[in-house]
Amino acid sequence: MLKLTRRILAIIFWLGITFLFLDFTGTLHPYFGWMAKIQFLPSILAVDISTIILLIVLTLLVGRIYCSIICPLGVLQDFFAWIGKLSIFRKNKKAKFANKYSYSKPKTWLRLAVLALFIIMLLASIHAGVILLAPYSSYGRMVASLLQPAYIEINNLLALWSEANDNYMFYQVEQHNNPMILIVIAAVTAIILLVLAFKNGRTYCNTICPVGTVLGYLAKFSLGKIKVEDSKCIQCGLCAQNCKAACIKVEKGKPVVIDYTRCVTCGDCETVCNKKAIGLKYAPVWEKGNKTTKDTSEKNTDSDISRRSFLSITGTALATAAIKAQEKTTDGGLAEIEDKQIPERATSITPPGSLSARNLQQHCTACQLCIANCPNGVLRPSQKLETFLQPEMQYDKGYCRPECTRCTDVCPTGAIRPITKEEKTAIQIGHAVWVEKNCIPLTDGQNCGNCAKHCPTGAIQMIPADRSLKRHPEYGFWMDANGNRVNTRNMKQIPAINTEKCIGCGSCEYLCPARPFSAIYVEGHEQHREI
Amino acid sequence: MKNMDRRKFLKVAGTATAAVAIASCGNSDKDFSNLDPKGNHTGDVPTDKMTYRTNPFTGDVVSLLGYGMMRLPNKELKNDEGERIGEQIDQEQVNHLVKYALDHGVNYFDTSPAYCQGKSESSTGIALKASGYDRSKYFIATKLSNFAGHQWNLESGIKMFQDSLKNLQTDYIDYLLLHSVGSGMDNLNGRFLQNGLIEYLMEQREKGVIRNLGFSFHGDHGVYDYLLANQDKYHWDFVQIQLNYVDWHHSNAKHLYEELDRLGIPAVIMEPLLGGRLSKMPDHIVATLKQQRPQDSVASWAFRYVGSKPRVLTALSGMTYMEHLEDNIRTYSPLTALTTEEQEWLENEIANLYHSYPTIPCNDCKYCMPCPYGLDIPAIFVHYNKCVNHGNIPESQQAANYEKARRAFLIGYDRSVPKLRQADHCIGCNQCNSHCPQRINIPRELTRIDQFVEKLKQGTL
Repeated sequence: MLKLTRRILAIIFWLGITFLFLDFTGTLHPYFGWMAKIQFLPSILAVDISTIILLIVLTLLVGRIYCSIICPLGVLQDFFAWIGKLSIFRKNKKAKFANKYSYSKPKTWLRLAVLALFIIMLLASIHAGVILLAPYSSYGRMVASLLQPAYIEINNLLALWSEANDNYMFYQVEQHNNPMILIVIAAVTAIILLVLAFKNGRTYCNTICPVGTVLGYLAKFSLGKIKVEDSKCIQCGLCAQNCKAACIKVEKGKPVVIDYTRCVTCGDCETVCNKKAIGLKYAPVWEKGNKTTKDTSEKNTDSDISRRSFLSITGTALATAAIKAQEKTTDGGLAEIEDKQIPERATSITPPGSLSARNLQQHCTACQLCIANCPNGVLRPSQKLETFLQPEMQYDKGYCRPECTRCTDVCPTGAIRPITKEEKTAIQIGHAVWVEKNCIPLTDGQNCGNCAKHCPTGAIQMIPADRSLKRHPEYGFWMDANGNRVNTRNMKQIPAINTEKCIGCGSCEYLCPARPFSAIYVEGHEQHREI
Repeated sequence: MKNMDRRKFLKVAGTATAAVAIASCGNSDKDFSNLDPKGNHTGDVPTDKMTYRTNPFTGDVVSLLGYGMMRLPNKELKNDEGERIGEQIDQEQVNHLVKYALDHGVNYFDTSPAYCQGKSESSTGIALKASGYDRSKYFIATKLSNFAGHQWNLESGIKMFQDSLKNLQTDYIDYLLLHSVGSGMDNLNGRFLQNGLIEYLMEQREKGVIRNLGFSFHGDHGVYDYLLANQDKYHWDFVQIQLNYVDWHHSNAKHLYEELDRLGIPAVIMEPLLGGRLSKMPDHIVATLKQQRPQDSVASWAFRYVGSKPRVLTALSGMTYMEHLEDNIRTYSPLTALTTEEQEWLENEIANLYHSYPTIPCNDCKYCMPCPYGLDIPAIFVHYNKCVNHGNIPESQQAANYEKARRAFLIGYDRSVPKLRQADHCIGCNQCNSHCPQRINIPRELTRIDQFVEKLKQGTL
């Protein structure tokens, strides 16, 4: 019963969160968005007190059920563990159950050390380390960089069908330009975690995962626990052999001991027990015999392997250079369009709602949810070490459109706070800078003004490039040296930027005809402000 | 062979009821009037019923349907690695179409050195040669398209004419036109009158290398009236004008035609269908026309209209697809002339109705292309017009079909025009405007469309 309920809920949560990352249309967010927001680490980073209390209370009631249902990485591991138990992978194909696991000694020092390291990195803002250990963000990166491209590809095939049939059910979407380092990190994380899960169940959760450790030590004090009734138990060991957390210790002549710091309340043991001796029972820690006994069994090397492998991920990932995807250009009777290149910004641009570069840096777990959801191709994973894989904005493929608040809606960690469209129009995330050398009226001698035409706040006006002109002190028109009024409409005009009105949306940079480098680009602000 | 396949296909499709077949004709505007109750074709496209007009000056017997070689079928151009790198003329299909046209009585082919990125003339030459018809059986029209400033001299003009002969694989041109005069007298003087080119061309006419000399006209009345006023000097054998029922009153078509009629000069008609716009009509107009003649295509009205004008020598149609060719041949084999009432009905009621839709008068001729800043101007206009005609330009968020229309417009926009070639990238440099024979203020229209798109995207309509 416990197992079935757990499985159903787990599948619901897992599908919800996964589709949250896959869906680029924003339609699923209103339904499943909360599933990302009740993730443990994100809710702590968001200082979402009610969610934190809820999760703590849940754990104090029934143990680490969070790890079995809510955590998508946990559910994914369970799925791979289940595949690993399928009869085709078994030695003894006749046995009713896989019987492949065995009890292992808790790696208490390793878990606490990783947790301590994690907390230190969190406090010291050693961001790249934090995101590699955080379970939800690891899962997000896997889905966003490995699965979403396939999802978009399928969508684009359907869009071809849709186009051929002249309906508007599906439409083409451009792939996100994921940097290679993100893909490598996600792929290596996925391979290691899933191989470990396939072979040994919940190794990662019970050795590395800082959330697992915190919840594990909370679960020691939970009211509801998996208990073995000694009177019914015949010490057959089936439960231990089917415990993917390797936390049930069956020794002849001694009562069965369960390590509640590792038990994820999955209910697998309940199902396999022939004597119906196991179940979720009320067992507060203050009652006798409900404490985890100190353990001294032989050493299991799984955790060491996983830790070593895990650390090697970082090495491999960092060593891999980022390779930019090439985009194809079309032609025909059409002028060729050179790809825009990203200018070197002194300060990178962070999305409106993120308050400041520091706020984003401290709260973001680099789960890629905002990036996977950005419909304008603006958000990209950063490749700088201090903001590693966190979102930053680039305007070579599009700009931060005034009607869109998608990233602020989806962010579960409070790194990007929810804002309304109206608020967005007044949040200054950067300011435009004019690059005289690239400006089309000066280089091509053509009238332009596309930046001014598209500036949503009217921060740009076009002024005559001729500096000998003077403004009439009273009427404001332009005059030549002799004081005669001149018509500036057909003169070379250049943009004048009122940086106080500029919000840094990048429409000017994106729509500037100068290529590959725009004649106007946005410099980010460390601290966002209201204008 | 392809024709066979099509017929076979029609037979298969025809096993369904005739009603289904008629219902589906909205796509291709095929003529299904000769379907028997089972949907089988009872007759082919006639080969011997084409209506002809006689040129009063040379006695040429010209088919009322002329083939415009500006909108030739394209196929994908691939590089050695099989990647798509652009488009090129599908010569095989051109050969097929031209042969089919000749077989069915079409004998006038109109091209220019400027068409299809300069490839139209040689493609036309190849197709006519390949048809196996004797040179005397068809008429070739081409033009002196010396638009660019550096071509405004005698040598360039002569070279362009000689190249035309070479590309068309012929030693004489039946109909030669001064291409698109009407951009002011300075332009006319610079291109033809002051550099001696007109004398050269008239000399070639004397020699028989040019059998008929005329001009094609867009725009400025002054030039038109000047050229006709000097008929004694130039002896124009024909003049090519834009004529169709929506331009009759709404543009200068009536004046242009009546001038020619007065002087007895044969008129060659371009844009009888406004670049296909008079076949891609709003549903309301389609229904109105179909109500009168349910079996006739929407396009056939436009062709019958120009054909009903007695001074018209031939009406040019840029037929990209076999279905267009077949439909037009049927319309003119033979022509069923419109009554005066029908003509007036089209010129007034239908034209007014048409002009009540805010379409942009772009005929997709691509003269404005390539835009130096990469925009695909005609594709943007074509998409916009399509949405106007399909009722997908919502007027406000309160409109009943707002959500559906918005989706159709925006998704269709991305499908028709790549993002970087859309209207928001127009910088307003105005370089395109001087090339537009329809005198569209292109940057202004693009800005209007861009603002509409912005309103749709931002939900502020």
